[in-house]
Amino acid sequence: MRYSGLRVIKEALTGHKGWKPTWRDATPQNHYDFLVIGGGGHGLATAYYLARNHGAKKIAVIEKGWIGGGNVGRNTTIVRSNYLLDGNEPFYEHSLKLWEGLEQDLNYNAMVSQRGILNLVHSDAQRDAFTRRGNAMILNGADADLMSTKDIQKRYPFLNVTDARFPIKGGLAQHRGGTVRHDAVAWGYARAADQLGVDIIQNCEVLGFRIESGKCLGVETSRGYIGASKVASCVAGSSGRLMAKAEMRLPIESHVLQAFVTEGLKPILPGVITFGAGHFYCSQSDKGGIVFGGDLDGYNSYAQRGNLPVVEDVCEGAMAIFPMLGRVRLLRMWGGIMDMSMDGSPIIDQTHIDSLYFNGGWCYGGFKATPASGWCYAHLLATDTPHEFATAFRFDRFAKGQNDR
Amino acid sequence: MIINHPILGPRDSAEFTYMGDAALLDRPDWQAKDALLQFIDYGYLRDNPAGPHTELWYHEQGDRSFLVITRDTTTHEISSVKLASDVARGRGRSK
Repeated sequence: MRYSGLRVIKEALTGHKGWKPTWRDATPQNHYDFLVIGGGGHGLATAYYLARNHGAKKIAVIEKGWIGGGNVGRNTTIVRSNYLLDGNEPFYEHSLKLWEGLEQDLNYNAMVSQRGILNLVHSDAQRDAFTRRGNAMILNGADADLMSTKDIQKRYPFLNVTDARFPIKGGLAQHRGGTVRHDAVAWGYARAADQLGVDIIQNCEVLGFRIESGKCLGVETSRGYIGASKVASCVAGSSGRLMAKAEMRLPIESHVLQAFVTEGLKPILPGVITFGAGHFYCSQSDKGGIVFGGDLDGYNSYAQRGNLPVVEDVCEGAMAIFPMLGRVRLLRMWGGIMDMSMDGSPIIDQTHIDSLYFNGGWCYGGFKATPASGWCYAHLLATDTPHEFATAFRFDRFAKGQNDR
Repeated sequence: MIINHPILGPRDSAEFTYMGDAALLDRPDWQAKDALLQFIDYGYLRDNPAGPHTELWYHEQGDRSFLVITRDTTTHEISSVKLASDVARGRGRSK
């Protein structure tokens, strides 16, 4: 069933009786060609692009809980491609391009909003660094705009550019960046994958891998054994926990990152702003809440909730650029678990075990990468060669001393 | 989180800096034949368990001691706190 404005009107006039479930509730088969572990944004995107780009059949996504219940539902919804290094920027720019066409591609309203992202500059050195970054972005085909305080004041008149503790001296803007309704990304990919025949199997927890003579044959799950020609781990946040079942140690620590949303306000914040003198970033959701976040708590955690010292630190960052937020009540705060890799970059690679593949290490930047991660992981799974935009995201970069990419 | 410092008593965790898995206490022998491989493991790979985790905390804004703490990564509950120097001496190190 295709969604359209006409369809909405027709359903409205006929009592909304024609809507079908967005995806089938599949039961696991005995064997799949591709078995993706993890029904988050990345896993669902991987399954979708396997089917769409590579014509793969017999694909399943298995998920411990319900799809979209992990980090794709817990992030601060920002998309951007303002990266510096050659190993990263083409990948994230590809991702941003996929975001731009996502809704038409999936026939699903993901509320992609290119409202722009602005990284504030507070010192000369920071302006130099952002000028360099902006140039690197432009060289890789992305957009970048070094804004003056005058331009910033026009767009964000409430920012104090003169006598704050950290006066604003300019900013690096990426006008194509913005926000996306994160839950809709999981649901949109799930629906599109389902329509291409992908089995989405929820409440199906992996209990172990069946590995014989160095080859992964399938996984033991809470719903029985499922065999697969290729098994693809895609559970960033829980990678350590899952891959321990295959006796793999990873260059990853799991850390908790907190996020916050205030009560709904009238529109005051037209784009995404990041503070350059502390770790704080924020945007306003379409419901009106100010969505913001900051630093990791800074110790290993799988608890999906953080502690108060970081809440204080993030709120200090908020007060430094938005003193008006001091009068706003916080509605909710929560934590998500990040795969923090040792060099801050992700991994999309084969493992040393045949037929077992790994996607993870997204640190606190996984959401924006969702489409390109699925795209490149599907390419790796289908062809056994890394996608040209993901050649730097290999396990062996640490041993080779290439982990500055 | 409150960390019960063996010398100073209960202290707020914000006084400490987290220094990672306590396995970092056991630095490989640089003269071993496979020292390079051992150091790659030591530098980059982690057990990263969901459950009890033994880890190093540095009392940066206190007495600057290193502590070895066992903490559950799923609940943040701390079950054991020792001075890292005591732990190292217990393994036959001079300090």
